[in-house]
Formats: sequence, C-alpha cells, structure tokens
Amino acid sequence: MIEVKNIVKSFNDSPVLKGISTTFLTGKTNLIIGQSGSGKTVLLKTLLGIHQPDSGIISFDGRIYSDLSDDEKRDLRTEIGMVFQGSALFDSMTVRENVGFPLKMFTNKTPLEIAERVDFVLDRVHLNPNSFAKKPSEISGGMQKRVAIARAIVNNPKYLFCDEPNSGLDPKTAIVIDNLIQEITEEYEITTVINTHDMNSVMEIGERIIFLKDGYKAWEGTKHEIFKTDNEAVVDFVYSSDLFKKIREVQLKEG
Amino acid sequence: MYRYLYQIGKYFLMLKDVFSKPTKKAVLWQLILKEIDDLIIGSLGIVSFISFFVGGVVAIQTALNLTNPLIPKYLIGFATRQSVILEFAPTFISIIMAGKMGSFITSSIGTMRVTEQIDALEVMGVNSLNYLVYPKIIALLLYPFVIGLSMFLGILGGWIAAVQGGFASNTEFIIGIQDEFIPFHTVYAFIKTFVFAFILATVPSFHGYYMKGGALEVGKASTVSFVWTSVLIILVNFIITQLLLSK
Repeated sequence: MIEVKNIVKSFNDSPVLKGISTTFLTGKTNLIIGQSGSGKTVLLKTLLGIHQPDSGIISFDGRIYSDLSDDEKRDLRTEIGMVFQGSALFDSMTVRENVGFPLKMFTNKTPLEIAERVDFVLDRVHLNPNSFAKKPSEISGGMQKRVAIARAIVNNPKYLFCDEPNSGLDPKTAIVIDNLIQEITEEYEITTVINTHDMNSVMEIGERIIFLKDGYKAWEGTKHEIFKTDNEAVVDFVYSSDLFKKIREVQLKEG
Repeated sequence: MYRYLYQIGKYFLMLKDVFSKPTKKAVLWQLILKEIDDLIIGSLGIVSFISFFVGGVVAIQTALNLTNPLIPKYLIGFATRQSVILEFAPTFISIIMAGKMGSFITSSIGTMRVTEQIDALEVMGVNSLNYLVYPKIIALLLYPFVIGLSMFLGILGGWIAAVQGGFASNTEFIIGIQDEFIPFHTVYAFIKTFVFAFILATVPSFHGYYMKGGALEVGKASTVSFVWTSVLIILVNFIITQLLLSK
C-alpha cells in the first residue's frame, strides 16, 4: 500500500500538485486520471522519487520515503517496477537482455536461473518466442509494451507504476495490455498505479480511480461509481466524447 | 557568466556521482569491454588513415620549405618527429576524436535521455551516471595506445613520403628522427593524452546526460559538446605545455 499525504510540488514558483492525499491499495489497479496538465505525470514521478515533493509524505508500506537514506531509497527502488509511456527499453540490448537486466544488476542468480526466469515472464506476457532474440526496434509497439511489463515484473516488484501503458496502441491491443496488467496485479498482489487519460482503461481495469484537476484531487472512487457521480469536473472529463455522451443518455433513460 | 559557473559546478557534481555507488563488477566489466570496442577499436581505422597521410604531408611541406642548400636534409625527419609527437598526435587527433567519439557519446546518452532509458535506470535503483560514464573513463585509459599508434604511423608516413618523393634518403630521415631526441617530450605528450582522454569521456557525457528536449536537441547537444570538448582540449594543452615545457 502506498499512502500519500498532502503532497505539494511546484516548478519555478508555479504549483503543480496542490496538497494531494490518497491511498493506493495493494492487489488493486489504482488509476490516476485527469486532463493533460492536471498533474498526473508529476504525481507519478513524485511517487517514483524522480521529483522531490516540496512538502508532504509518501509512505511505501509504512516506510516514509523522505526519511530513508540514499541506500535505503535505492533498495526500495529495486522493489519498484515501472512501465514507461514509450516503453524505455534499452535499444542496445535484445528482448531477453532487457528483461534479464534487473536480475543481472540486483540478484546473485546464475545465468541459467536468469534465463529461466526471463523465459517464464516473457511467456507470462504472451510474447512470441521468435521475438526473444530481437532488438526492441525490430518488434511492434504492442510487443514492446509486453517486454516493458515483463521487465517491470521480472524481479517480483511490490509496486508497479505504469505511465500511459496503452498510448499509441490500437484499441484491441490496448485492452489486452490493460487486462494483462490487472491479471499480474492480482496474481502477484502488487500495488499498481497507472497514469492514464484513456476512458477505455478506466472502464476495463479501474478498481480504484483518483481524478486530478488543476493539481487537486477532485474525486476518487471505482469504475462503477464514476458513471454515477454528480461531480461536475468528472462528468465533464468522462463525457467529453460523443460515444460516452450517448452512453450517458442511455443510462439516464434507463434510470 | 553565472550560467557558465553553474554548468562548471554541475559538471563537477556529475563527476562526484560518476565515482559513487559503483555498478556490479560482472556487469561493469562487460560495459568496459563494449566501450573499448566502440571508442578505442572503432577509432583505430580513422586515426591510422589520418596519421599516416598527415605525417606524409608534414614531411613534404618541410622539405619544400628547405630551399637553402646549407640546411641539412635530416631536418625533414627531425621536423616530422617533433610535429607529430608534440602536437599532431596528442592534440589534433584528440580534437578529431572530440568529433568522432564525442558526438557518439553525446548522441547515444542524449537518445537514452529522450527515450526515458536513463529514467528507467534510475527508477530501477541503478546509479545511471556510474553505469553510463564510468566505463567510458576506464575504456579511455587505453586512449594513449591510440595516440602511440598515431605517432608511429605519422612518422612512418613522413618517412615514406620523404624517401619515395626524393626529398631525403633513408639514412638522412633516420638521422633526423634520432637527432636531439628528448625522451621527456614523449612523456609530456602522454601526460596530456591522459588528460584529453578524461575530457573526451566526461564532457560529451555531461552534454548528453543533461540535455532536454527531443531528437533535434540531441543533434544540437552533439554540436555543443564538440565545440566545448575542443575548446577545453586547446586550453588544457596550453596550460600543460606551459607547466611542463617552459623554463
């Protein structure tokens, strides 16, 4: 579980996060949603320790991040898996080497043990074995996302962060990726935090949703609650497309 | 002025991080071997080509300027040796390497920055500066061998050009090479080569690591990195020459 209390973050005296408090639950897919510029990415990067908050507390299962020494922070980071928006795979390495990298860096496993674990997680994300020896530039965007997920979970992380994991993917592949993340979250009891503005993801895997607007937490709830809320900012965001406007009309007609 | 001081401070803070929290030895060794292949082995061809022909040109130019029949022909060998060992091999090859190696280092690290690969390393708990820059510094400890090769091929090129062009005989050129040879000049050349190697590894890395923006900015960072690496090499060359050779 990750607890966030009163996080404030500014850049050049311009406040981006204005006192956000929330809890990201273990074994659930926690979604951060909101319009561009609402502070989603800054919140995610602050949780990851890439940005230091101006004030507030972030605690990972009781470990307050700002109280940890540099070594403890690095140890904590080895418990974190991250799927970047552009996958961020190392382009000088093959798919296998990319996935095996965290094991090679942080464990004392033998090359054989690493190879076995890598093949297991690549199989878990349903990647075709023909791609294992290829470089990231030789595989499709959807396959790159699968490899990024495999790399993120290979070292059994306690926390999984995903920055817009299905951006740039076709709707069908996007749903496959969303479902894969949810399955892995439940299977390994991971605290998963996903940054997205894709309503399809919200409908598919939004077990817990935090809605940000102008640096504030404007609403939180589940995918079932988001369609019933009267919160103006949420309604405005959720029903911004014609498709969702029609869904709302149908819902209202059906009472 | 403040901006330059800020950048200099940032460069030294980067060096502090480069030498802290080392990468696991087994991984580091592989990285060093890869950097030796990319930076050292990959430069041998162009360094050999340039050194051989520039050495030849130095010998021909010297010979063409020796119009007075009283000046001995062995001066062609002497001038070639002095030019190649003192300046051409260590300094001018390093400036060429600032373009070749420097652009490669800046653009590869810059691309990793743009594509969030450096963020990925940091999030995993890897000291990205140590992982990316330290192996380059260690690999470039072999840079003096490249400069040694350049010295040898420069003088060889001069010898062949002088003899085959009919400007001097074999004996005259060899007497020139041996004439008033001061071993410390070679020591001086290798001392500055080590300093240039450190500049070549760290300054382009600094420009790549701290770049912001996209693909266009990677190109701009490579250009800026080449300019600053060259400027630093020229300045350091002046300072080391003053310190070691002036009386």
